[in-house]
Amino acid sequence: MAEVSAAAVGLTTADGRPLRTALATAQQRAKRRAFLLVLPLLAFIVITFIVPIGQMMHQAVYNDGFSANMPRLSAWFAEHPVGTDPDEPAWQALALDLQDAATAKTAGVVGTRVNYQMSGTRSLFTSTARKAKDFAPPYRDAVIAADKKWDDPELWGTMRQVSRAYSLNFFLAALDMTQDRQGMIVAMPEDRQIYVDLFVKTFLLAGLITLTCFLLGFPIAHLLATLPLRWSNLLMILVLLPFWTSLLVRTTSWIVLLQQQGVVNSALVATGVITEEGRLQMIYNQMGTIIAMTHILLPFMILPLYSVMRPIPPSYVRAARSLGATSWTAFRRIYLPQTLPGIGAGSLLVFILAVGYYITPALVGGASGQLISNLIAFHMQDSLNWSLASALAALLLGAVLVLYWLYDRLVGIDNLKLG
Amino acid sequence: MALPVYASPLERIWHYTYLVICALIFLFLIAPILIVIPLSFNAEPYFTFTEKMLSLDPAGYSLRWYDLLLTQPSMPTDVPRDAAWWAQVWQESIWIRAAKNSVIIGVFSTIVATVLGTIAALGLSRPEMPYRRVVMAILISPMIVPIIITATGLFFFYSNPCALLNWTGLADQCGRLTGSYLGVVLAHATLGIPFVIITVTATLIGFDQSLNRAAASLGAPPTTTFFKVTMPLILPGVISGALFAFVTSFDEVVVVLFVAAHDQQTIPRQMWNGIREQISPAILAVATILVIISVGMLATLELLRRRSERLRGVTPA
Repeated sequence: MAEVSAAAVGLTTADGRPLRTALATAQQRAKRRAFLLVLPLLAFIVITFIVPIGQMMHQAVYNDGFSANMPRLSAWFAEHPVGTDPDEPAWQALALDLQDAATAKTAGVVGTRVNYQMSGTRSLFTSTARKAKDFAPPYRDAVIAADKKWDDPELWGTMRQVSRAYSLNFFLAALDMTQDRQGMIVAMPEDRQIYVDLFVKTFLLAGLITLTCFLLGFPIAHLLATLPLRWSNLLMILVLLPFWTSLLVRTTSWIVLLQQQGVVNSALVATGVITEEGRLQMIYNQMGTIIAMTHILLPFMILPLYSVMRPIPPSYVRAARSLGATSWTAFRRIYLPQTLPGIGAGSLLVFILAVGYYITPALVGGASGQLISNLIAFHMQDSLNWSLASALAALLLGAVLVLYWLYDRLVGIDNLKLG
Repeated sequence: MALPVYASPLERIWHYTYLVICALIFLFLIAPILIVIPLSFNAEPYFTFTEKMLSLDPAGYSLRWYDLLLTQPSMPTDVPRDAAWWAQVWQESIWIRAAKNSVIIGVFSTIVATVLGTIAALGLSRPEMPYRRVVMAILISPMIVPIIITATGLFFFYSNPCALLNWTGLADQCGRLTGSYLGVVLAHATLGIPFVIITVTATLIGFDQSLNRAAASLGAPPTTTFFKVTMPLILPGVISGALFAFVTSFDEVVVVLFVAAHDQQTIPRQMWNGIREQISPAILAVATILVIISVGMLATLELLRRRSERLRGVTPA
């Protein structure tokens, strides 16, 4: 384009405009047209995908369970600096807020929010709220008379923390950390540290699954790439059929095959390899997760490997052999380096997909085969701690986006192929 | 993959070992899918081959699990299977209702994903497209982001779809998208879009842009050019993208778990229930039907691929 514009200086179009500006206008128009074609879809994705994920991120740092339902006390905390002992106005704010919460039936919500930071406090809020309508000045004595646990500086410190709707508490909790009464960040007690370990376990399992996919996928891709097309297309069906089969069907199949009364165990008993009592526990544990996920993700390893291996000319290896290399040396020094782009693409893709897997671990993982996604689902559906679920999801999303960026750098999204 | 004549005995042994290993891996890939087919005809409520099945005794096989898909525990068992019975089955069987939901949601989300995705792919394939890399990364991301994160986000979004419009005062008039067909269709369309983008842009790589210019120089307006010249050539890619989008929706369970209500139960959702609660061989009957459907899809896709290669062979690369 540079030469064109250099040569275009002084030239004009038929209607007398300088050629350079006419060209620039035309290019601008072409750019705008291309972008307008993409715009509807981009808008659609932003609304149905980016905005919801943004809302989830917001949920991770925002929880108004306390501040919305205890406005007076929240205002008192905002006015007084950290370390102020609760005075009579503070107790009055607490008592009046509890009265309102009892009327609005929101004491449980408030208690739940405080309970996330300091366990065992939910019932304190609900039980005190039931007695709140009789509160009369002096409020300090009235509230402590209702339950003497209120006279606990630790509780007041916690209430101060949760009185702000925006906080990083849930991110800290997702990283097994918490704030103490002075607002310092400290590690959770040993027995309540679960999330970091689970993140580590998720990454280790995803790595292990990537490795088994590579070990099983490499020979198959190599075979398919070196067979004549007629045969490899036929065998490719065996790779693509699992790819196209419903995830739930494949998971069901593994349950049928591996469960204690299933096909594999029965066959082993029938052939006398194991006894009736010695039936193996191969599913509803970590092993079940690994086997089923390897099977499900294997095509994602084979397809990129195959598309890299197919164009490698066999003459390179033959040349190496003719120069005296053993078949192992020829493979290691000549063939393997040429397949590295495929190995990188397949491994990254499998790893990215494995890290966020939910369905298969939920169905065949038992207690030991659960991944971080399953815990997010647990907090969303059972414990209803949506902010913590969002914080865990945000951390997982961060990890996946880093891997995605790496994939785009190394492989390029354009090179993503399906079948 | 033939052995060279100069192969040493050790290499010959390795070569055959390698073939055996490959055969075992193929078995690992395909056996779990095929095993459910015979087991779904089991006459007994077991997940293993009974002795009667192994000796190919007809008494060991039955269609009872397929029958169970049609009937409900609430339906009388001893009535004749006339037109009225079938009408009742069509209305009441939970599996048929789930199938209807799956097809409705699948078809509509496929239409949305294919139309928007194809138009966008046309723009993305133009050399003038600005910010191509970033836009592409955003459009492909629903495939990469873990489904549980998407579902979580959608749950918050659908609970109050107009939260961002608070300042307009419209927020309260929006209602909710949770428990609605529209919500599930939009979510499934989002999940299917990356597949449409990938397949259609791949087809467009081999597309000769001078054909469009030729049509324009002969006086065709852009829409005529698109429908008469571009569309017939990229159609195989569009159809395979649509198939991918449909399968994505047809197989999706997590979003349905998070944002759908009882009315939008789909086949995967029903299977999920079946596996979690009490796994019965009826699940295997459903699985067999789904395997047969995916074989059909794969065959269609293979035919399309061959046709696409033939069509693109006509145009200079």
